[in-house]
Amino acid sequence: MLTDLGGWVIATVVALGILSVAAGIAVFVVDSMARATFALLASFLAVAGVLLALDLVYLAVVTALMMTIEMAIMAVFMIMFMMNPAGLMPMTMVHNAKGSAVIGAGAFAGLTVGIWTVDWPTRDVSRPADSTRQLGEAIMGSHMLVMLVIGIGLFATIIAGTVLATARGRYDRFGADLAAEHPDDPVPGGLPR
Amino acid sequence: MPDETLVDVWGLAPAVLVIMVGGLALGLVVAAVDRAVVSGEAGRAVVEPLLAGARGLVEQRRTTLAPDRLLWRIGCAAVPTLALLSLAVVPVGGRTLWSTSADLVWFNAMEALLWAAVWLVGWGPNAVHALTGGYRFLAQGLAYELPLMFALITAGLAAGSLRTTDVVAAQEGLWFVVTMPVAFVVFVAGAAAFAFWGPFAAPAAADIAGGVTSELSGVDRLLVDLGRAVFLGAAAAMAVALFLGGDAGPWLPGPLWFLLKTLAVVTALVWAGRRVPVLRPDRTVEVGWMVLVPLTLLQALAVAVLVLNGFYA
Repeated sequence: MLTDLGGWVIATVVALGILSVAAGIAVFVVDSMARATFALLASFLAVAGVLLALDLVYLAVVTALMMTIEMAIMAVFMIMFMMNPAGLMPMTMVHNAKGSAVIGAGAFAGLTVGIWTVDWPTRDVSRPADSTRQLGEAIMGSHMLVMLVIGIGLFATIIAGTVLATARGRYDRFGADLAAEHPDDPVPGGLPR
Repeated sequence: MPDETLVDVWGLAPAVLVIMVGGLALGLVVAAVDRAVVSGEAGRAVVEPLLAGARGLVEQRRTTLAPDRLLWRIGCAAVPTLALLSLAVVPVGGRTLWSTSADLVWFNAMEALLWAAVWLVGWGPNAVHALTGGYRFLAQGLAYELPLMFALITAGLAAGSLRTTDVVAAQEGLWFVVTMPVAFVVFVAGAAAFAFWGPFAAPAAADIAGGVTSELSGVDRLLVDLGRAVFLGAAAAMAVALFLGGDAGPWLPGPLWFLLKTLAVVTALVWAGRRVPVLRPDRTVEVGWMVLVPLTLLQALAVAVLVLNGFYA
């Protein structure tokens, strides 16, 4: 695999890999919510850069797109749930430092050992001309069941998380007997109802 | 396999330079049309953005108490950078600066990275109005992002490819706007929303003293305003490529047609957008999710049925 790549590509991948790890470490070093969030984003973008260098354009741009929106949504949650919504006061970004360090180091060691010891299958076909099409065919074909199960699982998680997070239920909106004609919402939506 | 890109034809440095200069010129055009529509004086409309730009270059920066300078500067620089990067996949004369098998997702990703950039511009100065503007942008983003994605993917669906040059080529018989008018309108409106311009300017609105732009001065303000204008121009050019047949047209050479169509989209967008009052973000989210998401999904379904019937083949 590595031998297929040119020297510049390998150098780029190594540099971006180091950058992503360094940005990941920075998440725990900085003392501001915003800097931690964007250090994490920088780490993800470096991973997207690695994918781009490996010519997996679709995976690269989707990683950048998803992670950016994810971090932005995280910023929204930051003001909803933080005691210090603006986050400008310096604050520690680590909780349970020892425990998480052990878990992190253990996971890193386990994955590294796995990556270098597993007997990876060798490629017996040539590289596809269009990796995006190949990916789409895999997702929409042989791996469709997996994708559907994951998709429904994620969707259920999102709904469950929202239900758990919101303090207001349908009885608050439509009254004790759910008979109100119009929902009683603190912020009116854009539609007339 | 990919067609020839501009880099293959002209070489890397000239191609990048042409796209950058073209992007800046496009931004100037957007700003000039905007000034002309707002003030009604076409004569000064071209000069005023240039003067404002020159003033931004020489003006001294003012700062705030305890700003997060690093993140602020990154945010300001990212806005125009992302706008120019999004232009890399817009086909002019049948060629793009960079051709990948996921051009549409690339364009979308540049616009998604803008979420982070604009929030940082609001966050950086440690000021309440700016931060409010940043959060308004995110709230608005939650409303427009999914309809915009569906609009983009509808064009890709009909072409059977995410490559913009393929999308243009697929419109040889019929412009996509004919079969996907909803996607076209949603895409152009989404463009106004991610440039937070016109009816979607709530993140920089007067009621919060300019919002994300309230604490910007000098080069920073120039960069952000420039980025917004270039993004709007890039999105208009992208709309031409995706829905209006790209550079197809009789008699005149292709690039000229592309330019004329882009100018028409910019003018129509600014003319219509400046006649709508600024919308409150809390009023747009529900419309986005309850109206636009189903509408764009139905649009995609209709196009998918046409694809299966071989309508676009």
